[in-house]
Amino acid sequence: MVSALHRALLRDLWHLRGQVAAAALVTACGIAAFVTMLSAYRSLERARDDYYADYRFADAFAQLQRAPMSLGAALARIPGVTEIDRRIVEDVSLDVPGLAEPATGRLISLPADPSSGLNRLFLREGRWPRPGRADEAVASEAFARADGLAPGSRIGAILNGRWEELRIVGLALSPEYVYEVAPGMLFPDNRRFGVLWMDRDALAGAFGLKGAFNDLALRTAAASSLEPIIGAVDRLLEPFGGLRAYGRADQTSNRFLDDELSEIGVHATYVPAIFLGVSAFLIYMLLARLVATERGQIALLKAFGYTNARIGLHFAEFALAVVTLGSIGGIALGAYFGAGLVGIYRDYFHFPVLRFELSATVVGAAALIALGSALVAASTTVRRAVRLPPAEAMRPEPPKRYRTGRWEAVHALRRIGPSARVVLRNIARRPWRATLSVIGIAAAVATLVVGRYAFDAVDELVVAHFQSVEREDAIVNLRRVGGAAAVGSLARLPGVLRAEPFRSVPVELRFAHRHKRSVLLGIPGSGTLHRLIDAQRRPIGMPPAGIVLTRKLAEMLGARPGSRVQIEQLDGKRLRFTEPIVGVSDEPLGVAGYMDAHTLSQVLHDEGAVSGALLQIDAAHRMALFRALERTPRIAGVTIRAAALQTIREVMDRSFLLMTVVMTAFASVLVVGVVYNSARIALSERGNELASLRVLGFQRGEVARLLLGEQALLTVVAIPVGLGIGSVLCRLLVPVFDRELFRLPYVLSARTYALATLVTLAAAAVSGLLVARRIDRLDLIAVLKTRE
Amino acid sequence: MPRARLARRMSRKQPSIARLNTSTQTTLATRPSAILAGRNVSKVYRLGDVEVHALRGVSLELGAGEFVVLLGASGSGKSTLLNILGGLDVPTSGEVRYRDHVLTTATDRELTRYRREHVGFVFQFFNLLPSLTALENVELVTEIAANPLPAADVLGRVGLADRLRHFPAQLSGGEQQRVAIARALAKRPDILLCDEPTGSLDYPTGKVVLEVLERANRDLGTLTVVITHNAAIAAMADRVIRISSGEIVDVQHHATRARPEDLSW
Ligand SMILES: Nc1ncnc2c1ncn2[C@@H]1O[C@H](COP(=O)(O)OP(=O)(O)OP(=O)(O)O)[C@@H](O)[C@H]1O
Ligand SMILES: [Mg+2]
Repeated sequence: MVSALHRALLRDLWHLRGQVAAAALVTACGIAAFVTMLSAYRSLERARDDYYADYRFADAFAQLQRAPMSLGAALARIPGVTEIDRRIVEDVSLDVPGLAEPATGRLISLPADPSSGLNRLFLREGRWPRPGRADEAVASEAFARADGLAPGSRIGAILNGRWEELRIVGLALSPEYVYEVAPGMLFPDNRRFGVLWMDRDALAGAFGLKGAFNDLALRTAAASSLEPIIGAVDRLLEPFGGLRAYGRADQTSNRFLDDELSEIGVHATYVPAIFLGVSAFLIYMLLARLVATERGQIALLKAFGYTNARIGLHFAEFALAVVTLGSIGGIALGAYFGAGLVGIYRDYFHFPVLRFELSATVVGAAALIALGSALVAASTTVRRAVRLPPAEAMRPEPPKRYRTGRWEAVHALRRIGPSARVVLRNIARRPWRATLSVIGIAAAVATLVVGRYAFDAVDELVVAHFQSVEREDAIVNLRRVGGAAAVGSLARLPGVLRAEPFRSVPVELRFAHRHKRSVLLGIPGSGTLHRLIDAQRRPIGMPPAGIVLTRKLAEMLGARPGSRVQIEQLDGKRLRFTEPIVGVSDEPLGVAGYMDAHTLSQVLHDEGAVSGALLQIDAAHRMALFRALERTPRIAGVTIRAAALQTIREVMDRSFLLMTVVMTAFASVLVVGVVYNSARIALSERGNELASLRVLGFQRGEVARLLLGEQALLTVVAIPVGLGIGSVLCRLLVPVFDRELFRLPYVLSARTYALATLVTLAAAAVSGLLVARRIDRLDLIAVLKTRE
Repeated sequence: MPRARLARRMSRKQPSIARLNTSTQTTLATRPSAILAGRNVSKVYRLGDVEVHALRGVSLELGAGEFVVLLGASGSGKSTLLNILGGLDVPTSGEVRYRDHVLTTATDRELTRYRREHVGFVFQFFNLLPSLTALENVELVTEIAANPLPAADVLGRVGLADRLRHFPAQLSGGEQQRVAIARALAKRPDILLCDEPTGSLDYPTGKVVLEVLERANRDLGTLTVVITHNAAIAAMADRVIRISSGEIVDVQHHATRARPEDLSW
């Protein structure tokens, strides 16, 4: 049987359904944000952990020039190393049917038994290449799908200077390329970069690496620490042109995955906190009003002998009912959005299986958090209801006391009319409520601003980087360091307007106790295609002597202009030298050191050596150029700037739309929740007053203005506050996005501010209209019969 | 009549206050011209299957400057009639006219306009805005009136010159009621409708309020209708209308009106 109090509870809930719905919706958004992000987080983490374990993702990696297979015995003997995999890895230029530009392919050797070893492949489709077949390859699934390749498709590749036709026989996934991105790129461009796995002997034959390897992956015992192992590997590989070994933390794909996880982790904390905070406030307001209107009933119940505990429980149950509704909706919504988010991740991160999982732990945690916010919301009002002595509760609430505020002494405010005064005094009478309303609305504005920050920043980053720093149309990397003649021949290709050589040397930089693997670029002092920039994005000249570091690299080393850094060449002659830092370049993308090309070649004693060229292209002849490049031997890869930019845009636009829609919806719910509830409560508290005004001859619109003026004013105040809070939050997020791979600048576009303002105003206006309709239903006669 | 035209006409400022001032003095003995009239006004409330006949075909004419008292037992239909005359409510059948406007077919907007420009209300429970001072409560109305009296002057007239900056919660019941009267009079209404204005006041305070009403009626020539349970008050009226079970059962004309200070109950 339903008790009388429960029936009263249901009646209250029904009577206040609009406000209950608004508060429940805000709760739902908070819970949904929590469930979405946390379950996406856990799904991604789970997929990663399973994949890495089942497919034996390596713990450390190293690239080298060439070492005999026999070195394996010594490598395997390093304490802590449990398994090694000696591979051949080469980047080549590909001619993909249907793709105008040349693509870059990374060829990786397969062990004799492709389902053994480290970084095992998951064969999605087709078969393994037959042993000894030099023309068969397994392609990474994402690359194949993006370019419409399937088992049976053929693509052209330049293997060590010879054009060969390769047949795709299977599609596969590797734990090493969960995030399959070309070196130095932010976003995957699956059309123009892909991994191909081929028979080991075939690759060894093509690249003159019979009985040798040039890439090492190894697994370590769980308990052993990585530092000494990496040191031992480096010592063994040094004579064979080994570049420094590194752990998973520096492995590109793994690093992107980790960054993404930590980013969701950050969003998963503050977004739900904002929503649940506002929902607690809304429930608090609802309960406070309920206790005020039910004073008489509370007194009666007490007179009948209901205990304080029972009465307190009654109001606590009201709060519980609201959050329960919200939580159920939020968990359902969170499961839906979470599945959607995981679906988006499937586009970026390639796992054999990436299943969305709604774990009981996440649901339980969500429910607990919601419960907590309900109890916080209920605690003060319930205490007030319980404390009310019965005799006092019988009397109507004492008349509302107003006073002239100090603000009214302000000269400009003296002339305002009585209606405006009503609005201002009502705000002044409950400064806390007004403040919390402003915070609630401001939170919505801030949510909108923060939601768009990453997009604004990437936009700015792209503009800053590709207009000021990397200004070339294409980068051509030679397979081996060549002479000036190689650049000369590139310059003569059709459509090339300008070709500037560059030298790229893998190095390790040391300063004090810090060290960092990076790349040292030698660029001509007269060059215009790659420029260094200062903080204001003004170009700075390449000094003839000394080294310029990107700001991030200088920070990572703890060095500043004037510091002398030690440089160790990791390839070739492995020279060690010291250079003073003569400048810092504020590039948002990647890390590198720069030296004047001529000076660098003097230091390295390899006068005239070039690693590749930056090209400026005549767009009219680009097709001819691409065709020529695809057939040019000695080219390891070509990066086309326009294509890369287009990829970034496409990726951004896709996630941008979804993010904007979701954020707009969530923020609107916040605004509606706050404005609608506050206005409804004002209507309930001041209904008599407003009806009296109608009696006096105020039109509906005038009464609505008086009622909603308060909310309108608070909204108008909240918008700049929210824009400010949003900006500060974005500033706080800057370190989160300050990564080695890219650094998001602190920028917010005028469009972001405008959107946040407009969405907030629109949502507030809709809430206002919803409440204004109720002014028509004010009972003008009833108000005259009741004593306020 | 097209609604737009009615609205336009109702909004036209009445230049009649000054004229009424002189005319009330001279025409008290004769019947002043009717400005507000009801014909066959009925009001039926339906509560489920039960019909409550609050008014049963009431007809009456109220003249400019008249002071009318409505008497009747509780539940007899006085408030219902007053609310209909004031444009707060519409009858189930019958017709109400204000000058040459038919109120019974007017829209909500037009009725609001009628109340705003021509009717002053005074109620038992004052209905002041708690967030505004006495002065501001009056200004609230003068702000939207076409040709108002200065708010402070009207408050002075009801004896509250030294209470202008007090909030309702800082005023006594009688003072609050006088603010309500000042608020009703400040717009120079043609009609002042009072529903038990002394109902929640004690004897001396009630008397002060009655004096204020009487003076306003005399000085401004406002048609004043006062509902009361107190038959003693009837002596100060030009006309006393008795209502019983929704019907007018008796009308009394007084050649001379008693002064409020001479009344006792
Ligand atoms: N909203 C309503 N619904 C139903 N019946 C109503 C309503 N308002 C008034 N009545 C009924 O109409 C009748 C007349 O009511 P009215 O308020 O006019 O009486 P009154 O003469 O003013 O009485 P009192 O002196 O007690 O104020 C009463 O019987 C009342 O019950
Ligand atoms: Mg009545």
